[in-house]
Amino acid sequence: MTEQAKPLCLSGKGVTKIYGFGDRRVAAVDHVDFEFRKGELISIVGESGSGKTTLVKMLLGLTSVTEGEVYFLGERRDISSRKKLRTYWQGIQAIFQDPFSSYNMFNKIDTVLLDCINMRGGRRLPREKKIEMMTEACSFVNLKFAELTNKYPFELSGGQMQRLMIARIFLLKPQILLADEPTSMIDACSRATILDMLLGLRDEIGMTIIFVTHDIGLAYYISDTVYIMEHGKIVESGSADDVILRPSAPYTRRLINDVPKIHEPWDFAARRPAAAEATN
Amino acid sequence: MKTTFRQIFRQANFVIGFSIITLILLVITIYPLFNPGSPLQMIGQGTFFKPGTYVNIYDSLDTSKVYTLRLDDAAANRIGKKLLPADRETMRAWLIAFGLPEESVQIEYTDDLLQLWWNSYDENVRPQGMTSAARKAAARVDAKLAGLYNMESLTITQPDETTGEPAQKMTVSETDYVNVSDIANVRVLPLGTDNFGRDTLKELLAATATSLKIGLLAGCIATLVGLALGLFAGYVGGIVDDIIMFFANLFTVIPGFVLLILISYSIGQESRGATTVAVVIGFTSWVWTTRSVRAQVLSLRNRDHVNLSKLSGHSLIRILVTDILPYIASYVVMALILQICSGILSEAQLSMLGLGPKTTEVPTLGLMMFWGMQYTAHLNGAWWAYFPVIVMIALISFSLNLMNTGLDQVFNPQLRS
Ligand SMILES: Nc1ncnc2c1ncn2[C@@H]1O[C@H](COP(=O)(O)OP(=O)(O)O)[C@@H](O)[C@H]1O
Ligand SMILES: [Mg+2]
Repeated sequence: MTEQAKPLCLSGKGVTKIYGFGDRRVAAVDHVDFEFRKGELISIVGESGSGKTTLVKMLLGLTSVTEGEVYFLGERRDISSRKKLRTYWQGIQAIFQDPFSSYNMFNKIDTVLLDCINMRGGRRLPREKKIEMMTEACSFVNLKFAELTNKYPFELSGGQMQRLMIARIFLLKPQILLADEPTSMIDACSRATILDMLLGLRDEIGMTIIFVTHDIGLAYYISDTVYIMEHGKIVESGSADDVILRPSAPYTRRLINDVPKIHEPWDFAARRPAAAEATN
Repeated sequence: MKTTFRQIFRQANFVIGFSIITLILLVITIYPLFNPGSPLQMIGQGTFFKPGTYVNIYDSLDTSKVYTLRLDDAAANRIGKKLLPADRETMRAWLIAFGLPEESVQIEYTDDLLQLWWNSYDENVRPQGMTSAARKAAARVDAKLAGLYNMESLTITQPDETTGEPAQKMTVSETDYVNVSDIANVRVLPLGTDNFGRDTLKELLAATATSLKIGLLAGCIATLVGLALGLFAGYVGGIVDDIIMFFANLFTVIPGFVLLILISYSIGQESRGATTVAVVIGFTSWVWTTRSVRAQVLSLRNRDHVNLSKLSGHSLIRILVTDILPYIASYVVMALILQICSGILSEAQLSMLGLGPKTTEVPTLGLMMFWGMQYTAHLNGAWWAYFPVIVMIALISFSLNLMNTGLDQVFNPQLRS
């Protein structure tokens, strides 16, 4: 297969995250193995509470990994110091689920974009150059920098905020983008725009996108590879066609059944757990 | 930001508290301009002078301008003052023996008593059942009254400058008055003097200023220390959190006030200035600020904007200052106000125990209470030495708490009605 030929960019072996201890011990992510390949769009699908966000935070190095190893660009990830973390974050970035809590509401929008330029080593660039870069990034996501400058994030709509997050990635140009349900808090109309922009950005700077979602239909529509997560475990993975057209895990089948289909009547009986069990 | 300020100043609670504090601050800054000099100067020889206007006797004799006022009540007041209870009893005994009904003779009302006396007394009448000693006593009182009614002037003499012989200088009549504004030395003591003979009002205002300074310094120290420790404990977590919380717990088990007493005691009376006391109070009261800041930070540190800030490579300090601090700033301001208030109260409590600042340097509200108590002002009826202090402490803590409630209502939408 051609996909096997692509080099690994992020992979993990037995990655585990345990919260709490004693009676309150929760294995949010439980011995997960994965291999994300360069240039692909990988979806991680699972219902809420299945540990997707926890996995993303571990991959970003925002929370510690309880057990297991993460490999970045084929090598064991070393984020033991602040300097190494900073270098790591030049290669891997994220967009979070809730645009409204992703911004520091006391900082102007310019600050968000300027931080990105600074992080890419553009601290000493002349002001005009910085403004030019910010304008370019904004126009990539169909926003006008001239209208946004000196505004605060809460003056924007949720869709605009999320687009600005994509503009941020445009400036940062990371190798890997972890998008944690970036469209779940956005109205359906803006959702398509944002997805288009993400895909456009992938083509523009050639990065790997790891797309986390609870929407298996959306995952099928956009991704090359799909990972299905249930209660902290990966129950199925493979190419989008394999996983979704020929699911093997019962959980995957349930997820597929849960997608409402416009042309079919809504079948309550089939969705009941007992009925789902019987069909297995 | 602007709207927040507008909201705050629309809160009745906050506005009332703020006005009281502003008024107090205005008074304590302006009053010393009109009444300069050290508030610790002992102007009175003796303890607890009543509130009032004090006029120099010599100056009042020496004034060029003398007014004659014929005031009946003035005469009655003067006689009333000089008629001793024993004299009144003697008068009563005579009047009753003379045959007046007992209930009509009431010795408290000087005017009525004198009226009865003038109408009834006759030295030649010998009421039944009176001993001659009692009759003689009555005659003596009558003579005294005649003396008190005498309107003749007093003559004041002074040694003559050349001969040294006593010479008449002036005469002073009962109806002579002077206007206090013509007299060189008039001293108004609206709240009298304290046990050291200090002007209580002046001392009170100076003490309020010092106590507010102590509160402010102690509050700032407690808030800064509490804020810094709370931020680090909450944000960094792990071992840093454990160590900080260990000390916070230590300070919780040993009550702060006991610690405060022990430290103040070991510093010693001589080296305890107002600043030292404020610093000690500040460093023993950071605990609850730390705890509450830490709790707030714990709920903030996993927010996405903090994560994003980390991903943008910001340093720990920068994240604390720009991504955490602004979110808890309103809370910290409220904590600061409460810490100022409790700093003032702590000083008062310490001083009442005799562990406050050195007495000879500055007056504080607590020290005024302490000395009032030491000299038993409450038993002497010298209310002016302690009551205004209590009112001032109550006023400050009332208005600070009111401001806090107002802020709370603005910043805590759940409390908004
Ligand atoms: N900070 C935390 N402390 C304790 N438990 C947590 C924490 N964060 C997440 N969890 C638990 O881990 C599980 C997975 O959560 P999460 O990763 O947010 O799921 P998802 O993003 O798929 O909805 C949940 O059961 C959640 O309760
Ligand atoms: Mg999630």
